[in-house]
Amino acid sequence: MADFIFWVIWALIVASAALVAFGNNLIHSVFALMGTFLGVAGIYIFLNADFLAVTQIVVYVGGILVLLVFGIMLTNQISTAQISQSSVQKGLGLVVVLGVATIILTAVLPHDWVGSTLPMEFADTVTGIGNLLFTDYLILFEIASVLLLGALIGAATLARKEL
Amino acid sequence: MDHLSSYLVLSAILFSLGLYTVVTRRNAVAILMGVELILNAANINFVAFSKFVTHNLDGHLMSVFIIMLAAAEAAVALAIVLNLYNDRGHINVDEANALKQ
Repeated sequence: MADFIFWVIWALIVASAALVAFGNNLIHSVFALMGTFLGVAGIYIFLNADFLAVTQIVVYVGGILVLLVFGIMLTNQISTAQISQSSVQKGLGLVVVLGVATIILTAVLPHDWVGSTLPMEFADTVTGIGNLLFTDYLILFEIASVLLLGALIGAATLARKEL
Repeated sequence: MDHLSSYLVLSAILFSLGLYTVVTRRNAVAILMGVELILNAANINFVAFSKFVTHNLDGHLMSVFIIMLAAAEAAVALAIVLNLYNDRGHINVDEANALKQ
């Protein structure tokens, strides 16, 4: 049963990401992106990453997706035309992307990753992440807080009418 | 689901679709969506290797920081996109080829 659910989520991620990449309507793409984000949260649960699954839903679905919808609403005339989107150089792009995908898959799949036969079942990751965040990763944590403050001020400054 | 390769294939597909979105879309918001797909693919790899190979939480920490970076990047990029729209009346990146008109 768990196996079946895993492959359903797997297919959901691939299908919705394909709609993001190939869809003609921008609104359809942004809602398909929500399916991708929720599916990735499900994949995190299969990987015993409970904290990351919740963070994924809160930050991506609750934050970034809303920002993207706002971005679409503010940069299109919603009432006049349907929000279509066009692509350029589809053929060339497809060739390049298929080449990159082939390179990635031939690089990672045949390799025998050490320890890959014995997956680790984390019981609870929140305690471990909290401990690491305030010991080994303390400097990175502080830099991240400064970066978030900078991004907040920068976005507010940039979005003003008079620069 | 109990093998690393299923996660690696998923991540590779997600990365490729995100890359295709970034290189072919004209709309700046659609390109941002492609960037989010690529970051999600990287996150899946970090967490999968954390479970199957390294057996510690370092990959999870990297994913937390990537999610944080994605949020900051989306906020700043959308502010830039709004400025572009106010300036040009459209957000097609292939026509935005001058810093100032």
